Formats: sequence, C-alpha cells, structure tokens
Amino acid sequence: MSVDTETVKRVARLARIKVSEDDATRMTGELNAILGFVEQLDEVNIDGVEPLTSVVEQTMKKRVDGVTDGNKAADIVKNAPASEDNFFMVPKVVE
Amino acid sequence: MTDLTKLTIAEARDGLKTKDYTSLELTDAFIANIEAANAQLNAYVAVTADKAREMARASDEKLAKGEGGALEGIPLGVKDLFATEGVHTQACSHILDGFKPAYESTVTANLWADGAVMLGKLNMDEFAMGSSNETSYYGPVINPWRKTGSNQDLVPGGSSGGSATAVAARLCMGATATDTGGSIRQPAAFTGTVGIKPTYGRCSRWGVVAFASSLDQAGPIANTVRDSAILLKSMASVDPKDTTSVDIEVPDYEAAIGNSVKGLKIGIPAEYRMDGMPDEIEDLWQKGIAWLKDAGAEIVDIAMPHTKYALPAYYIVAPAEASSNLARYDGVRYGLRVPGKDIVEMYENTRAEGFGEEVQRRILIGTYVLSAGYYDAYYLKAQKVRTLIKRDFDLAWENGVDAILTPATPSAAFGVADQDLHSDPVKMYLNDIFTVTVNMAGLPGISVPAGLNKEGLPLGLQLIGKPFDESTLFQVGQVIEDAAGSFQAEKWWG
Repeated sequence: MSVDTETVKRVARLARIKVSEDDATRMTGELNAILGFVEQLDEVNIDGVEPLTSVVEQTMKKRVDGVTDGNKAADIVKNAPASEDNFFMVPKVVE
Repeated sequence: MTDLTKLTIAEARDGLKTKDYTSLELTDAFIANIEAANAQLNAYVAVTADKAREMARASDEKLAKGEGGALEGIPLGVKDLFATEGVHTQACSHILDGFKPAYESTVTANLWADGAVMLGKLNMDEFAMGSSNETSYYGPVINPWRKTGSNQDLVPGGSSGGSATAVAARLCMGATATDTGGSIRQPAAFTGTVGIKPTYGRCSRWGVVAFASSLDQAGPIANTVRDSAILLKSMASVDPKDTTSVDIEVPDYEAAIGNSVKGLKIGIPAEYRMDGMPDEIEDLWQKGIAWLKDAGAEIVDIAMPHTKYALPAYYIVAPAEASSNLARYDGVRYGLRVPGKDIVEMYENTRAEGFGEEVQRRILIGTYVLSAGYYDAYYLKAQKVRTLIKRDFDLAWENGVDAILTPATPSAAFGVADQDLHSDPVKMYLNDIFTVTVNMAGLPGISVPAGLNKEGLPLGLQLIGKPFDESTLFQVGQVIEDAAGSFQAEKWWG
C-alpha cells in the first residue's frame, strides 16, 4: 500500500499538524519509503496467531477507585502558556 | 592527585567511604570537565552546578558520619526524558520549551534517595526518536571517538547520545538513559561504554516522557559492567505508580559479577548475520564466541526465524503508540504555543512548529496505521508478528539457553550529517536491527565494548537474557569486558 499527497494532508489534519504543499510532497515520499519497508510483514504467516498485548504475563494491577485530587491546581497550570484563576486559557471555542 | 573523573563508580564509592576525597571535590572535577568540553561535545542541555554542589555537600555530611546510600556522593547525568523537579525537562523538543515539572520521576528519585548527585540534563534525540542524536532541538551531540588520524565529527548514536558521550568523555560517572528500540545499547556500542536495557517492567516509567509505552524502558550507561550493575540496582524498583511495573524484588546485580560462566549455555542465532554486514562485525562476534567458550560456556546454535521482521513490525507499533502519546502536546497545558485564528489552527500551528521532522514523520505514520480501515492491515498484524518474535526467544529459553550473544550494531559510529543516511529514513532505522528484537519481546539486553575496528572506533557485543535475569547478563558481560579490556577515546576536546 502507498499513500498520495492528498492522504498525507488528510492524515496530517487528523494529527493536527499543519503541512504546506511542499511538506506534504516531501512527506509522501518518506512515508511511502517506510510503508514499503513494513510491507515485508506480508511474508509472515500469522494465521491463528494471537496479537501480543503484554510482554510480561501479569494481571494488570488495580488501584483503589478513590479521589486522589491532591489539591495541586497551581502546580498543574504552572507550565501552561496561558492560565487564569487555575484555568487553562484557550482561544474562544463557543460563540 | 589522581584525576578523579577517571575513576569508576565502584572505585569512587570506596574512596569516598575511606575519605580519600570528598563528593564535593569529585563533583567539582566533573563540573570543570563539563565546562571545558560541553561547547564541543554538546552532551548537556542544562548543567545544574549549584544543585550538584548542594547535593554533594549533603552527601559529604552523611559520609563523614559513616552513613549514606549505595550511590552516596556519586555525580551522575540524567537524560532529558526524565522529569526532574524544577529542572529543564523537555525531551530535547521545541514543543516542551520552558517545561519544568513539579514532580520527580521514580527512577531519578530512587537515585537521589541512594545519595547520587545530579550534574544536569543530557542531550538526546527529540522524544527519543532517532539513532544519531541529530534530531535534538539542541543540535547534535558529538562522539568523543574519532577515526584514527581523522578530525571528522562522528555521531554518538541515539537516542541516548548525550548520556553515552557524557560517560565516555568523563563528563559524569554514569548516566540514566532509555531504550525503546536500541537507544541505550546502540549509543553505548558507538562510544565504548556499557549500556543495559532491563526487562520491560523492571524500571518504573513514571515521570519518563512517553514515546512508545509498550517498549520504553529506562536503564543506565556507564564505563564498566560493574558500574552499570550498581546503577541499575538503584534505578530499578517496584512502583505502584506504573501499572506495568512488575512485583519482583530487585536483586543485588553486583553479586553476580565474577561468577564463573562455566556450563552456561550461550545461544548464537544465525539470523543476526545480515546481508552486507561488514566483516569487522562478524569478526567481533566470532571473537566474543571464542572468549565465552574459553571461559567454559557452552556455545549452541539457535534459530530465530522471525528476527528480520522485528524492525518492520517496530516501525508500525512504535509510531502508532507515539502518535497517541504525543497527542497531549497541544499548546494548552505546557510548552510552546503558536497562535492561530481558532483553537484547531492553534493546535496545528503549535505542533507544526514544535515537533521536528522525524517526530512529525512518526506521528503521521502512526496516525495513518491506526486510521479507520488500516488498523487490521498494519497494527494488528504487527502485534501478531510480535507474538512470533517473542516465541522465538521463548523456545530458546525452553531449550535451556541462558543468554544469547549477538553484535550490538551493524556498524561503528558514522559521520554527523551523513548524506546517505539522511536521504532515506529507513537506512537510519537499520541501525537498530540487532537491538529492536529485544524491545519487541520485552527482554533485557546489554551492550559491552568488545574491541576497536580497523579505523580505531569502538564496537560492542550484545547479550540478551531471560525476563528479569539481568544478573546473568552482568555475569557474562564481565567475562567479555575482562577479555576485551576497556577503551578510552583519545582526548581532543576541552
């Protein structure tokens, strides 16, 4: 399988990365090189093989379903590019 | 007085205890080395000299009273991927500009609890995506090693290139690193240092910036096998904050060093003999086999038929997980924000400017293979192939193999800005061909320096172990180190 420039632009949109026409053209070639490389997996017989979901056989540890708020709002917004009253500030999303 | 920066961790540990020197003297010696060398080698992206001296003084107080932990007063470097409270933590990405976490990663917290001293944060490939440390927003790290008679700059490998260079050039006694596809072992091999990626689940991933969560593991890079065992003992722990941390007690790895390898079964997989592999790599491998045989180990041929599929499967699994993990960088909660006319354009502008080319490439591949209609053809298939890769290893262990010996990398270090490698992303990815199988199966792997090639550059051998059997890797690794000797780059810097 290979991708065209339109597909690259659609995927970039899904990934929320702005790409110029030139970027999209360059990336199309690079992505096709990688997709061409992974195509060799088609040689492998995977009939009846279960997908690997965990490399270590261990039951997932569960934690107590309790409030772990921590009262750390100030710490949490400390690194934000814009915040006010412990809220993250973003461009207006609702008219 | 001897040059304190030439000591091993094991030697310094003893010297500090007998008060031959203080941790402050040791720390100052490393800070002086960093100040002299960093402009040329670019290993550190942040030096925390004041904090280091403060930690060293506290260690000296403890040592004076005959107290202190396993790493009391030992100065270390930390890869920029580990969260360090109030200190530069940016995964060497533009998108994390200015990020200073309000928390400490479990691995680094373990080191400080054992008395280690932090010298600063080390350069790396952006978000640990790279094999040459050239994708860093802070520019490439330079390998202290050069070809004999040449002054061409070589890469230290990646993604833990800053860690490897800092250890090899004596800019710290040891360093933390991480390994998703070979990012500890390949740079260790390129710089004549020892690097171990432990079993998945051995070191907590809490507070380590995520790249591919099912593959990422932290581990140390150090100058000797023993030093790497000392560091891993402190870094590893059982951590309730990481659900994939495994509840197995951390053994005393150092205790395994010096034990005879007589009767151990060492597997040699013919599938690691790749087309076009240089003779010097094959020769190195044969030398390693001979050393282990001489030490009394039993050498057995084993079959790993799915080896060649590990790298293509990795380049589906790792980008898929990365595209998901890196969705959090949106210009809202931390780091860089580039404005746009609405919130979506702000996201798109921020991520276009904040992520470098390699990271964008992997996010796009990951988004594509996970997108509607392609999941089964790519991701699901790759996870099935992964089961087969793991089964190859399981069969070896079932047949009584104790460890597997392979080359660590298909070549020695290459030049900075190598045209051939940069024209095709897949060529760069091939660096990890021998290391990536280990991540796919979650196993421990160590790279030990084993010799110099004809151009005078270091080469490493890799040992792969059973799950949670790092001890055997240290035991066998020491035999290789004893036979091969140690290697130090001739000083041309600072």
